[in-house]
Amino acid sequence: MKMPEIVGVNRQTKATRVAVVATGIVSPLGLGSVETLASLREGRDCVSHVTRFSVERCRCKTAGQVPDARLAGAGKAPLRSERLHRVAQMLILALGEALAQAPGFQPELSVLGTTSGGMTFGEEYYRGLKGSRTSRRSAASLIANYTPQKAAMDAQEAFGLSAPCQIIANACASGTNAIGHAFDCVRSGRYERVLAGGYDALSELVFVGFDSLQASTPERCRPFDCERSGLVLGEGAAILLLEKFDRAQERGANIVAEIIGYGLSTDNHHLTQPNPSGSGARQAMEGALQSARIRATEIDYINAHGTATPLNDAAEGKAIAELFDGVAVSSTKGMMGHSLGAAGAIEAIVSILALQNQFLPPNINFRNGDAGLDLNIIANSAQPGSLRTILSNSFGFGGTNASVIIRAIEA
Amino acid sequence: MSLGIAGMGWVTPLGSGVASVWERLLSGERATAELVSSPLGRSCPMFRVPADATAQAPAHPRLRRSSIISRFAVVAGLAALDDARLRIDSETAARTALVFAVSNGVVIYTKKFYHEIVESGAQAASPLLFPETVFNAPASHLAAILGITGASYTLVGDGAVGILALRMAEDLMRNDGLDHCLVIGAEEGDWLLCDAYRKWRLLRATPPVAPFQRPPKGTILSEGAGAVVLSRNGSVQLERIAAGTNFRRQREAGDSVEKIFAELCEGETDLVVASANGTFIDAAEHAAVRRHCSDAIIFAPKGALGESAGASSLWQTICGAQALLTQLVPQDLVFSEENGVSKATPSGHGQLRRAVVSVCGLNQQVAGLRLVKN
Repeated sequence: MKMPEIVGVNRQTKATRVAVVATGIVSPLGLGSVETLASLREGRDCVSHVTRFSVERCRCKTAGQVPDARLAGAGKAPLRSERLHRVAQMLILALGEALAQAPGFQPELSVLGTTSGGMTFGEEYYRGLKGSRTSRRSAASLIANYTPQKAAMDAQEAFGLSAPCQIIANACASGTNAIGHAFDCVRSGRYERVLAGGYDALSELVFVGFDSLQASTPERCRPFDCERSGLVLGEGAAILLLEKFDRAQERGANIVAEIIGYGLSTDNHHLTQPNPSGSGARQAMEGALQSARIRATEIDYINAHGTATPLNDAAEGKAIAELFDGVAVSSTKGMMGHSLGAAGAIEAIVSILALQNQFLPPNINFRNGDAGLDLNIIANSAQPGSLRTILSNSFGFGGTNASVIIRAIEA
Repeated sequence: MSLGIAGMGWVTPLGSGVASVWERLLSGERATAELVSSPLGRSCPMFRVPADATAQAPAHPRLRRSSIISRFAVVAGLAALDDARLRIDSETAARTALVFAVSNGVVIYTKKFYHEIVESGAQAASPLLFPETVFNAPASHLAAILGITGASYTLVGDGAVGILALRMAEDLMRNDGLDHCLVIGAEEGDWLLCDAYRKWRLLRATPPVAPFQRPPKGTILSEGAGAVVLSRNGSVQLERIAAGTNFRRQREAGDSVEKIFAELCEGETDLVVASANGTFIDAAEHAAVRRHCSDAIIFAPKGALGESAGASSLWQTICGAQALLTQLVPQDLVFSEENGVSKATPSGHGQLRRAVVSVCGLNQQVAGLRLVKN
């Protein structure tokens, strides 16, 4: 098969290798890698009734949520935690976990993905104008802190970092785009250390938006099931600290994984629907393979975007089935929901945990596969695996598609 | 790696067309403020884009339901490509990346969508509006119109986001699979933004915007888009792009701006295109200019165009490039460092070869770049 010309990847003959030297994660699956790993192994369903706002008039009433009580530790920094948006608190916890593994890590650049940042502050502000605000925060505080980049600033400030922040808002692909671009930045040789990741918190506006599109489901979220009926939303934050592999080795860093490829594409079919041929997804995955200079047969597992919407899973499944021959596939969104701008970063860490612990994360709530899709779904329970290389997909509104390839560090 | 500006386009409150708006700036024109009324009974001055400035937007299905920010971006982007004489076909599209900078995003539709939820309940929310509220909807429309199928990024941030987008473009162009990168910054205005920025104590009640006035009296919001096509050649080079830094509090902005100037003002600087807009930014930039390039001409285009966060730094970049290309600077917007920053006496300038674009955003981000005329 002839590989198409892909842009957005480096084709240097002697590219720099890119190490992941630390990770941090906050999601409905838990806080930190230990809790996340336990939830993944159990196939725990962490989706619950939405409590942050009224969903009485929505079709969908569930989401993956991070309990507020668990975010209290984010106030340790020299910031007043009550000022912080909860998405900033999640990001601070994730960054704290990562920096604890890599003390003194000073990024030259931060590349983070989000779709709506502190949107709920904007909602509070608007409700205040309409006389129905319940918050005690001042209007000025809400405005200064609702902007999507603010959580990144707060998290950096909490740890004394001041790297320039490129905040990517490529819808649901943002997190993977952020990791991919950060990877390209290190691989190009221009940067030695880049902080990458993603963050998003549940907001009423976004929740109702997906509900209005009937993209979210009143049922369980069943990725790749023939009776799938839509996604459930989630929230969280995840951080990956990337460093030139050689430098990380020289300083004796604990390298947890290596990123070896990144591909992206823009599918112009429709603002919210993928090309049913799967061409956009396929182009991103092909680009990642080409960037990694590996064959499709070297991929041991795909952490799929797998939102459980009929259209996404059909297009993604078709592209996977065409490119890969029986590779293990699962979407972990059934367990924790779709955390939008954070999803790609969370799922990259899920992939790293799978590599480190040699297991295949489960695709829960799965009953019967789609007759039109020949996929090897890791149904309902985690399975042991022999994993060296994983591909993780994220696709978003606006036709943004991104794939990264992560490789295990061999002992 | 030094990239060149191969083409430029903009949509501003003074109209569209780089040459014609530049001519108007040179002749001393300033945007006329329109009073924007809110349902809350307050009105606020804003610099709006005149309707005829986007009249040449293509009749594309993607623009049928899109918000005005997408039309600004498409008109500016197509003008920049035209200026670069770059015809986008399937071959060039595959070798062209798109980086879109935005600050407040699709605020009109976002407000409208949420208003329906607040007023009528979730069941009344429009499935047609929601997708258009997403930050990358304008970039998606533009990519679809141009046929770009590869790299497309939307960056969010404050007024510095345009420079961060140019830096990202520079990083992307290290990939030899790309020949061009179209960088766009855009913003649309609305009474909601006026209300928010007023409560943030950043706006003034009436025009004009008076950069470097002491004490600062506030700014006036504006809307539009700026676009540049970057390539590996061009008569104006992006000699250096400072990746940027952040400040915690407004009173600490000066330290961050100084860092940017220290990085960019090595060697001779003939012109500083400042982001001074009548707020705390002015003092921060003034101190940095005094310390690092006190002989440079200081040009503050926001005095004529207002503060259009997502678009502003692209406008500043275009202003800097135009000044180098035409060897002219709008005298009405030139300030002198002598005895503190104040209006300069109109005078002839020496040769302008190198310009620093300084951008301090209103919400913690600072960045800048240095242009040089070949």
